Amino acid sequence: MGHGSNVAINTENHWNGGVEPMKVSYGKLMIWYFLISDTFTFVSFLVGYAASRMANLEYWPFPSEVFKTIPVPGFESVENAPLVFVSFMTFMLILSSVTMVLAVMEGFRMNKWGVIKYMIPTIIGGIIFLTCQYFEWTHLIAEGMTPTFTPFAGAAGEGTPQFGALFFIITGFHGLHVLGGVLLNIYILVQTWTGHYDNKVGHYEMVEKVGLYWHFVDLVWVYVFLAFYLM
Amino acid sequence: MESILGNGPEGGKLTNEFYYSLVTMHGTILVFFVLTAGLSGTFANLLIPYQIGARDMASGFLNMLSYWFFFTSGVVMLASLFIQTGPASGGWTMYPPVNGMSNVAVNQGSGLGTDLWIFSMALFIVSSLLGGLNYIATILNLRTKGMSMFKMPLTVWALLFTAILGVLGFPALLAAVVLMEFDRLLDTSFYLSNIVLNGQLMDYKGGSPILYQHLFWFLGHPEVYIIIVPAMGLVSEILSVNSRKPIFGYRAMVIAIGVIVCLGFLVWAHHMFVTGMNPFIGSIFVLFTLLIAVPSAVKVFNWITTIWRGNLRLTPAMLFAIGFVSMFISGGLTGIFLGNSTVDIPLHDTYFVVAHFHIVMGVAAFFGMFAGVYHWFPKMFGRFINDTLGYIHFFVTIVCAYAIFFPMHFMLSLPRRYYIYTNFQTFQGLEDISKFISVFAIISFLAQLLFVVNIIYSAFKGREMTNDARNPWGSNTLEWTTPVEHFHGNWHGELPEVHRWPYDYSNGFGKEDFRPQTLPLEPGEEAH
Repeated sequence: MGHGSNVAINTENHWNGGVEPMKVSYGKLMIWYFLISDTFTFVSFLVGYAASRMANLEYWPFPSEVFKTIPVPGFESVENAPLVFVSFMTFMLILSSVTMVLAVMEGFRMNKWGVIKYMIPTIIGGIIFLTCQYFEWTHLIAEGMTPTFTPFAGAAGEGTPQFGALFFIITGFHGLHVLGGVLLNIYILVQTWTGHYDNKVGHYEMVEKVGLYWHFVDLVWVYVFLAFYLM
Repeated sequence: MESILGNGPEGGKLTNEFYYSLVTMHGTILVFFVLTAGLSGTFANLLIPYQIGARDMASGFLNMLSYWFFFTSGVVMLASLFIQTGPASGGWTMYPPVNGMSNVAVNQGSGLGTDLWIFSMALFIVSSLLGGLNYIATILNLRTKGMSMFKMPLTVWALLFTAILGVLGFPALLAAVVLMEFDRLLDTSFYLSNIVLNGQLMDYKGGSPILYQHLFWFLGHPEVYIIIVPAMGLVSEILSVNSRKPIFGYRAMVIAIGVIVCLGFLVWAHHMFVTGMNPFIGSIFVLFTLLIAVPSAVKVFNWITTIWRGNLRLTPAMLFAIGFVSMFISGGLTGIFLGNSTVDIPLHDTYFVVAHFHIVMGVAAFFGMFAGVYHWFPKMFGRFINDTLGYIHFFVTIVCAYAIFFPMHFMLSLPRRYYIYTNFQTFQGLEDISKFISVFAIISFLAQLLFVVNIIYSAFKGREMTNDARNPWGSNTLEWTTPVEHFHGNWHGELPEVHRWPYDYSNGFGKEDFRPQTLPLEPGEEAH
């Protein structure tokens, strides 16, 4: 008979132990606090982005000119298609989040093959996103973009080098998070496949925890996408 | 003497580069590796499981990982003392642009030393994150039966808030140093712009060193609370136990720490009043800064009221706890001066500031840590620490602390971190204060050696604590109900069940003047 978030001092209501006041396991609590902490890291980077951009407004390249091609072999003929490629990337990441939700739900139902069925597309979605990022990076590097040089012009001529530097750092940092997520997802898939959660652990909470992380990575991308591609 | 120390700054043994390195390493090691790790790292791992009645921390694995990350971080930081170009020398705050360029030999330490500093800090941040997550999860989830949040000792509350500060603050430092490392290794210009060196315009453009300061102080200011809040928790506990009186205003104490933590995140720019920020924004930071005086005063008054007319037992731990309160008041008063931007701008980066923060977060936090070590020494080692040496340690240290830092306030014209100031007309006449301070600093250092000797001696040869007298201070909290010897699981058999708050001292019930938390309430006894 816990009192939930009401932790008032009360003698009649003797608190009986348990996972109060949040009513979640310690592992889930930790992943939540980790995500809050990680949010602060990304926010710090994005604040750095905002400050650099405000200081170099005139020289900030136009996203529609930087990201107008589809940098995949076979699509070289497409000359002016801003946002198409990145929309595809984003869509893949969001789709993988949807399948992750379904995997978590199957986990609640203790349905091993259901979890496997939805973890596989989740992993594939993550890999597609990373592959797209690889194409994007190689394309931009081929165009001459480096952390110290931005070949794309802003309103006042030559683009500011901060654009390239921030692009590589922030999307790179996010890409590392996606890579970590894909590896965790593969680990979960293997553990599910071998029956670890069914037989030894007795629940699929690990799927849920990794799921929380995966949604977080997805959510962060929305802000990265907003910062570099839309604004 | 001259053959050992040389002849003053000019032509002396201590080159200016090494002086700057020492200043930098002093700040870094003391702030992060001694006061952060020594207070929240040590006491959280010792006291959280004991005082909430848990068998262990929530995740032993993460705890181990946190420890080894910290260990590696320390090794990297200390290793930088032994490289040819010397350790980082740009101040513990690592401000750009001086620290943002590795290819420019501004001074020797700005080479590999600074890179190692940044790498070490990144490891430290990971360690702090893993530790903090564990502390929060343990406190929230592993409390024993009856230990509702408002029955926790104030120590645990303080450690909980400290962990929250660390988890939210350190990411900003991570981002700040990562961007800095890019500036250093890849010649990006996040923090650099229009730099002319030796008459040459460097190829950096569009960056701003102020951005680094914002990111740095978003951690840097909460960091001082990461240091002082655990000390506050330890001191609250020790004052109450050794006054044989309940802590005054338990809930106010908890709320005050909470308010300090929230405000602590909103005041970072008061370190940056001289960066040319908009005065209106400055005034907002002044407001929040001065508001922190309110919860701080609440805590100070509650400590004083707790010991007021108490049955004081002046153990070394108690003396250090009282010393903490004294230091916190003395340093806090100058904080009110410095919190005003109008006063801060002329005083910025002078010895007045050095005196202020050394008293309020250096000496005070050290006193909190000493108090904790003396008080929980029997719990740590199963033996008592030598009291006589403890008394000598305390009285020498507190006299020296005031003798060092009180006169330092009068060096308010002198900027800090000057290698030589005697060749400036303005600063003539400060040598006497400087000598006075130096003498007491050396005496104070010797007293600390005594403390180290005392720890080592007492840990092996001290008076033993027996299982029959396992609660030497007559304390209510759970850590004194465990056997003296250490084993995994903390309690034999069932975990203790808690029936009351931890501060039922001298409440008129029972033969003793304390009522352990495990004791059920008697009829007529009031719960808190």
